[in-house]
Amino acid sequence: MYSQTEILKEPGVISSNSTEGELVINIGPQHPATHGVLHLVVTLNGETVKKVEPHLGYIHRSIEKMCESLSYRQFIYVTSRMDYLSAHINNHACAMTVEKAMQIEVPARAQYIRVIMDELTRIASHELWWGALAMDLGAFTPFFYAFRERETINDIMEQTCGARLTMNYMVPGGVMADIHPSFQQKVKDFIKLFKSNIDEYDELVTGSIIFQSRMKGVGCLSKEDAISYGCTGPVARGSGVNCDIRKIYPYEIYKQLQFDEIIETAGDSFSRYLVRIKEMKESIKIIEQLIDEIPEGDYQAKTKAVIKLPKGEFYTRVETARGELGVYIVSEGGTTPYRIKFRSPGFSNLSALDHMVRGSKIGDLMATMGTLDLVIPDIDR
Amino acid sequence: MFSLQGITNGIQSFLHSRFSATGVLIIESLIVILLATTLFALLGLVLVWMERKVAAQMQIRLGPNRVGPMGIFQTSADTLKLILKEGLTPDGADKFLFNLAPFVVMIVAMLLLAPIAFAKGFQVWDINIGVLYVTAVSSLSVIGILMAGWASNNKYSLLGAMRSGAQIVSYELSAGLSILTIVVLTGSLQLGDIIEAQKNGWWLFKGHIPVIIAFVIFIIAATAETNRAPFDMAEAESELTAGFHTEYSGMKFALFFLAEYINIFIVCAIGATLFLGGWMPLHIGNWQGFNHLMDYIPSSIWFFAKTFALIFLIMWFRWTFPRLRIDQLLNLEWKYLLPISLFNLLFVTVIAILGWHF
Repeated sequence: MYSQTEILKEPGVISSNSTEGELVINIGPQHPATHGVLHLVVTLNGETVKKVEPHLGYIHRSIEKMCESLSYRQFIYVTSRMDYLSAHINNHACAMTVEKAMQIEVPARAQYIRVIMDELTRIASHELWWGALAMDLGAFTPFFYAFRERETINDIMEQTCGARLTMNYMVPGGVMADIHPSFQQKVKDFIKLFKSNIDEYDELVTGSIIFQSRMKGVGCLSKEDAISYGCTGPVARGSGVNCDIRKIYPYEIYKQLQFDEIIETAGDSFSRYLVRIKEMKESIKIIEQLIDEIPEGDYQAKTKAVIKLPKGEFYTRVETARGELGVYIVSEGGTTPYRIKFRSPGFSNLSALDHMVRGSKIGDLMATMGTLDLVIPDIDR
Repeated sequence: MFSLQGITNGIQSFLHSRFSATGVLIIESLIVILLATTLFALLGLVLVWMERKVAAQMQIRLGPNRVGPMGIFQTSADTLKLILKEGLTPDGADKFLFNLAPFVVMIVAMLLLAPIAFAKGFQVWDINIGVLYVTAVSSLSVIGILMAGWASNNKYSLLGAMRSGAQIVSYELSAGLSILTIVVLTGSLQLGDIIEAQKNGWWLFKGHIPVIIAFVIFIIAATAETNRAPFDMAEAESELTAGFHTEYSGMKFALFFLAEYINIFIVCAIGATLFLGGWMPLHIGNWQGFNHLMDYIPSSIWFFAKTFALIFLIMWFRWTFPRLRIDQLLNLEWKYLLPISLFNLLFVTVIAILGWHF
């Protein structure tokens, strides 16, 4: 092992088993490409990546442990801080688990609002991913175009939920408040804006020959590997795995909706890119089906002030913007959970990174990481 | 035509009447140094401001607009901040080389200013091997970058410097070959002669398609040589944080930053001189009236307009394209640009020998 002074002398070296001609380099926790505080220990041979070791723990807040001391109404708010880009969907999963355990019937109006909000969140998340991916590849401009549309979604969220990022809108039994009177009009305006602007995305990025040559045939993940690494969401669907929870285990009103599960079979970065771009369009389709049909009625079912779950184990899963999120609650019958476990999509997706980038260049590492759409607080709870 | 020759000759005769020959030389050198340094500072301020404004336009935002009208003093404020910052030297760095590197890059940029004609009769040094001088000196800047990367004792810096070395050495070839096409057509290496030869029309219009190809290759190679996106492998902030200048801060960083913009100005000035006629006004065939009108626009305005048009083009690239990968970058040069340049040079030679150009 390296002694203290040797580490100081050679910044960056943390493992002593590097062989001749290999360079061990720390990418992160503070690095422009890791979108947060992911720490990768990368072994390089010149420009070629030999090995990637993700090190977690830098942003660990022990959310699961924290949830054990919070009541079933309170713990939902903490989960907004996991995958902060799909905060709504996280809250949705938790609320659904509690409802399942309590056997609460959610009013139809609340179900409609929940699904619209989920899909808006998915679009907002994919918008941010699109901008950030282009930035990973060295193009700054798309980021601003992505934020133009994302800003509109944030405004809609702000009006109805009172927050722009960590909304905390879903509660057991429905949603916290009724939608704002201008909500439907604003969402329709957004759909119009989005449809007129989505072509610019293709002109600026998708069609660019440099972009395509950076994406095609890079970071390949076969269908078998995607399954064995436990990848879900657009990462797995880019490799041809049929895994959209909204389709295979429909929850809320997804069963009644007309939408396609986007599957690309190439398994490279470009197919993952296409999956997300097409998913945005599918989400728009879902919102269009629902926005005029929101039924009248209660937005929240009547629940007791103090929720006590029956003794037992409860599990729900939903499709977040990044993949399958599972919420597992073990209850002893009290007001707080005995144990909570989250199955986060980012963690499994990240585990495939090493396999995907071995033998490619440093630039490919960034491009592949960009298409995995990692949110670090989701991986490192 | 309006010319600055009168002013320069006037100053020279005035000095000759007062001082001995040596004294005149010393005073003239001091004036040139003063002017060159002023130009450097001004160019740095203007180009950084321009880049930020161009970027803002591309990115549907406003850009700097608080310090001074349209934010023109934003760069001055930033420079002031950088001067006041502490210039750190890392513990493990080779202190001498680390501190020398920004100056090497800067001095190379300054040397390149010598043969450029800013207006009619306004040139520091019209050396008879001007084109050779430019290509030779411009390849020296890679030494400064390698020095910075090596001396920083940082792995990111080292990777950035190695990339930069590979890139500049490769693209130097096609830049040189595309410049050679103009030398072949003109028959002279002197920049003054090359401008004179474009009196009746710029080479871009006179030299048929091969010169247009050479011009396109020159612009690509120039973008690569100045380490600008989509060829900014040496910095590649999403891969190597800041590449070769990761460890630099304060004024030493500012020197690298300034040198980048001066280099852009110089390659664009050379491109404008070789392909777009330098300070020569736009003349179209026998349109006497039009040509006469164009002559009224001062030559310095022609030169700066052409140069800044090319600079805008290079900035446009940066804010629209993603970055290439290092192997794609080298493939582009060795497999496509270099063979095309070689064949192109052959065509131009045939055209020049047969006198087919206009």
